[in-house]
Formats: sequence, structure tokens, C-alpha cells
Amino acid sequence: MADEVKRLTAELARNPGSLVFLALGETLRARGQLDAAARIALTGLERHPHLADAHDLYARVLADAGDVEQARDEWGMALRFDPKHIGALKGLGFVHFHAGDFDQALEHLETALAADPLDQTVVQALQTVRAAAEIAEAEAAAAAAETEDAVEGIADVFAGLEGARQGLLLVDLRGRLLGGGMRDGTDRDVAEPVAAYLAGASQEAERTARLLELGTWSWIVAEGTEGSMHVSQPSDATLLLVRRDRSVPSGRLAVFAEHATAVARAWLEEQQG
Amino acid sequence: MSLRFQRLLDVITRVRGVQGAMLVAGEDGLVVAESLMEGVRGNAVAALAASLTKRFGRAAEAGGLGPVSFLHLQATDGALLVVPAPEGMVLVVVADADVNVGLARLEMRRAVEEVA
Repeated sequence: MADEVKRLTAELARNPGSLVFLALGETLRARGQLDAAARIALTGLERHPHLADAHDLYARVLADAGDVEQARDEWGMALRFDPKHIGALKGLGFVHFHAGDFDQALEHLETALAADPLDQTVVQALQTVRAAAEIAEAEAAAAAAETEDAVEGIADVFAGLEGARQGLLLVDLRGRLLGGGMRDGTDRDVAEPVAAYLAGASQEAERTARLLELGTWSWIVAEGTEGSMHVSQPSDATLLLVRRDRSVPSGRLAVFAEHATAVARAWLEEQQG
Repeated sequence: MSLRFQRLLDVITRVRGVQGAMLVAGEDGLVVAESLMEGVRGNAVAALAASLTKRFGRAAEAGGLGPVSFLHLQATDGALLVVPAPEGMVLVVVADADVNVGLARLEMRRAVEEVA
């Protein structure tokens, strides 16, 4: 190997404009002499700035040195000069794979395979990326199922009550969801913004009732053009919001809200219990 | 104009249990006109009612309920009722806890229509 380096170095010295620097740079890189390999690659790039192989060599040296971002730029440059450059396509596949972007990795590797269907390194890389993508997909599905389970758990607070998942919402005084769900007339999930706006409503109601000498506040009803909401406080630290459309009379809303408040209170006691 | 407001508010305060009615600028909570029983603090009512209405207005919009057309705070010793009025004003009523809310609301809506 040392002889090989000597031979290539001598050859490059004899003909500095030749492409021998590619072989020399690659040999040095393979030996782990990354500084020397980088110098050779850069010298070659000065003479051959539009050569895809030169950018590919420098990118590989950079990747070995851990500078993946710059390697990515160099491989991108190589593809600009040769869109089917196998080394650059493999390199970018590697970069995207390590960034967790399996789709992009597969795209580059499949392009590489199309350019050279017999390249076994590309076939192996494709197998590795596909296996990793399958694992990631399974993990994402499991995470989504977990989230769904969590939502189910939240909705269970009002299980059996009408509108348990779209018209009943239990939140704490900082606007965090505790139970139920809230959807508007177009079935859009509005639980979080409503909870956020209502956070602090109890303090406001308490302040109003106290300063106006109305005693302790029990509930608030706001009627809108599209429906009504009833807000009560099942405990010192929570607010319960009941939402109904315009077809539900205010008296019926009050009766239902009272029942839901009792359910929420029982659930809260059970949680503390 | 002020006399007209006054007359409308006086009609509302005739509902049994209503302690006072006032027209308030919704944005800054300032009193435009009032008809209050002695002891009811007009400025405080105006400011608090305007603030409460704004907060619930935002929550109602977020919840897809549209603009608030009536707000009712029920407390152990009284109630606060609010109906939006033209030009960004709100009509506010302070009442006993057992006021006939249906009747008070009816008169409030009538008053608002008159103002318009």
C-alpha cells in the first residue's frame, strides 16, 4: 500500500494535470490519512472544478472526517455535474439515511441502482435503508396508537354522557386538558384553544362576583349565534365546559351541565383517591 | 340620546330582582349610561362585565359558537347578565340570584333593539 502511494505520488508529480489525484486521494482516505487525502482532493478540485469524481472524492473524505453537512454539499455539487454519479447518489443516500430521512435515502439509492443495477454496494445499502424504514414505520404506528389510546383515556371521564368526546371538556386552571373533548360545528378539534382561552376564567369570574358582592360564582353561560357553552367549577382547580348547539334550550343545558359537573367531580375524587 | 338610554335602562330595572342596568363601552369598560340601585358600584360593574365578556367572547369564537349574544354569570347571592349592544357597547344587568332570567333577558334584548 505504501508503495502504491509512492507510485501515485510520483505519477502526479510528473503530470499534475492528470486524474491520478483521484486514485491517490482515495488510497490515502482508505488508509485513514484524511488530512493528506483532503489536500490531494482540494488540489485536484482546483484543476478540475467541474469534475464530479473530484467532488465525490472530497465528499467521502469529509464524511470520514465527520463533516457530513459539507460532504452533502459536495455530493450535491457532483450530481450537478453528473446527475447519475453513483458515488454521489450513494453518498447522499448515506447522508439522508443518517438524518432519518428514509424516503430521500431510498430515492437516491434507487436512482443509483437504476444507473448501475449490478452495483452490490447499492443493493446492500438499499436493503439496509428499507429495513430501517420498515422499523421506523412500525414505531410511528405504535406511537400513533399510543396517542389514540391516550385520547380514549381522556374521553373516558364522561363515558356514557351525550357529547362525551365533542361537547364536554374538563381543564385545569392553566388551560391543560384533563378530560372530554371539544369539536365545533365543522367537526374541527377546538379543545386546546378553548381551554387556553378559558384558563383564568374562574379567577375572572371569582373577582367579578366578589367585587360586585354577588357571593361565590356557580356557573357562567355564554350563548353564541351558533350554540352555547356552560362553564362551571367541579373543583377549586378545574373548569368544566359544556358546549351545545343552538337547538338545545338553555334550561336543558343547565340541567345537563349540572349532571356533567357531578360526573366530573366524582372522577376527580376517584383520581385523588 | 342620553335620556333615551336612561329610559330604556329604567324599563329593565323594573323587572323584579334587577338591581341595576347599564350601558358600557365594551372595549374600555367605561359607563355610557346607568340606572342603578344604591350600593351598586357602577364603574366596577362596567369594567368587570366588559372584561368577562371579552374573555368569554374569545373562548366562544374559538369553540365555533360565533359572537356571544348573551352572557350569564350565576353566583350564590346574585347574577350578572350581559347582552351586546350596537357600536361595540354591552348592556349589563346586575340582579338578585333568583331573578327571572328569561324576563330580564327579554327586556334587555328589547332595549338593545331600541338602541339600534
